[in-house]
Amino acid sequence: MSLDVMIVDDSAAIRKILQRVLIQADVPIGKVVEAGDGQDALEKLKTVTVGLILSDINMPNMDGLQLLAALKSQEATKGVPVIMVTTEGSSNKVMEAVSLGAAGYVRKPFTAEQIKEKLAGII
Amino acid sequence: MTHDQLVTLVRQSTRDVFGTMLGIELVDHEPSVGDGVPGPNTGVLALIGLAGAWAGSGTFSCSAEMAQKISGQLLMMEFSAVDADVLDAIGEITNMVLGNVKTSLEEVLGPMGLSIPTVIYGRNFTTRSVGKSNWTVVPFECLGEVVEVHICLTPSNERQRSLSAKDHASAVLTMAE
Repeated sequence: MSLDVMIVDDSAAIRKILQRVLIQADVPIGKVVEAGDGQDALEKLKTVTVGLILSDINMPNMDGLQLLAALKSQEATKGVPVIMVTTEGSSNKVMEAVSLGAAGYVRKPFTAEQIKEKLAGII
Repeated sequence: MTHDQLVTLVRQSTRDVFGTMLGIELVDHEPSVGDGVPGPNTGVLALIGLAGAWAGSGTFSCSAEMAQKISGQLLMMEFSAVDADVLDAIGEITNMVLGNVKTSLEEVLGPMGLSIPTVIYGRNFTTRSVGKSNWTVVPFECLGEVVEVHICLTPSNERQRSLSAKDHASAVLTMAE
């Protein structure tokens, strides 16, 4: 069964790379929805449903932690696993993400294997 | 934070990003310290602001041809010109390099903010820093050319602490224009 995925990052390059990495990691992805920031993601989630969200933290308009908090506060999205994929590697950011309900945390730069490992316990 | 410490952090981070994301092994060149924003006046230059108890800016710069090669490696496609995808890719590489430097710096200097990258492409541009801080210049050989990471970091005063990382980046960019 395929998994619809949302990738949230202000870099189009990273969105493309993450799609490629998901395929390399043998994740049975279906539809991929891209968003450039947290606001864009929330807007798109009004009309689409996904089973997994990969999100950056540092983004304009609404960052990844604000997005995570918003997702976990909404009935329709609170059960969707969210993995943060970010350059923000400080322990306080990781703890903040985990306390907000992140299902995983991957630091950039990343390998396909690291993404696969994080997804292993989630999907 | 000394010049040598910054060089070590920049080298570790840059080699890690290029090795993991691009499969490119970098060769260290001799680092230096310069006043004002050093660097090339042509090609692609990406700029990121850092803010916190210490504040400043960092840049990654390379030729237009190298920017196309790096973007090609990252996205597994060929580029024949510096287009929006190339600028985006170079911005993201810079974000990863300086983001990881920032994470290492935070262990010593406390929490810091990182701005969204700004990428400039052109010829005969000039960059100048508002402050008088020294810039640490860390060059590498990459696929037969030299690419450079520059970083400038100084203790903040109270006014500077209230500025966001984005403000710092804008200040340098305004001078560049």
